[in-house]
Amino acid sequence: MRIGVVTFPGSLDDVDAQRAVRIAGGEPVALWHGDHDLRGVDAVVLPGGFSYGDYLRCGAIARFAPVMTEVVAAAKGGLPVLGICNGFQILCESHLLPGALIRNDHRKFGCLDQVVRIENTDTAWTTAYDAGQEVTIVLKNGEGSFVADQHTLDLLEGEGRVVARYVGGNPNGSQRAIAGVTNEAGNVVGLMPHPEHAVEDLCGPGTDGLGFFSSALAALQRA
Amino acid sequence: MARVVVDVMPKPEILDPQGKAVQGALPRLGFEGVSEVRQGKRFELELDGEATDARLAQVHEMASTLLSNPVIEDYDVRVVSTDEGPGVG
Repeated sequence: MRIGVVTFPGSLDDVDAQRAVRIAGGEPVALWHGDHDLRGVDAVVLPGGFSYGDYLRCGAIARFAPVMTEVVAAAKGGLPVLGICNGFQILCESHLLPGALIRNDHRKFGCLDQVVRIENTDTAWTTAYDAGQEVTIVLKNGEGSFVADQHTLDLLEGEGRVVARYVGGNPNGSQRAIAGVTNEAGNVVGLMPHPEHAVEDLCGPGTDGLGFFSSALAALQRA
Repeated sequence: MARVVVDVMPKPEILDPQGKAVQGALPRLGFEGVSEVRQGKRFELELDGEATDARLAQVHEMASTLLSNPVIEDYDVRVVSTDEGPGVG
């Protein structure tokens, strides 16, 4: 199973994401922002970082990168896509996911081991978890505060589209402590914390993040 | 040539942490009596030719697709000058 990881100018966590795919048992495929080509991958990860320097708004320029034309079309066709941190911001800017991510309410960059509760285990990226399972993964962002209008928030809650929620305090002012959401079909997931930094015991807070990648690989094997 | 200004502001209901930071700094500098600060962005676009309705429609499209994110921001488009005289903006 081949999972593509897009590198934009300013991506930081693309290699970590590739490594996480490999540790989960998949074959990572490097994708380039300037290409109109997904190289036939079975899923795509948009990694964390500061694409295009976060100029204008986080993810606003990356949204119009050539490769995103392909990602958006494929995502609408059901391709599993996971956006992590800056990748989440890009997915919101692309309107593949609702809402937006703005500066943390406390105005500081946060970097910590964060507990999140997995609330939807039916998405392409979360089937390896148990509903309600609490996992510890790294959270590091300056603009990770999830916002949407009340109607959208109610819709997300009502349809079970809140994938992950912060536990033990809200680290960035996200509305309803939302850490991750999915689209209607459940193939596109945006996540502010970084599961790719929690895939090995050697470094990071453990291996709780591995499930996101093994979920996608399992879903692809079933397909 | 026409100069068109696009002002982008966070929607009123959206928290503006940058504005809050500026507001917090003002009293420390001795500036009192400012109850709220909201920070936005101003884009100045120099258009080739006249600011015709068609060109302005394009500017609105730029503003709604790239310059602003309609989920969290409002924008305003206005023509501030032509090559006949100095800008008033």
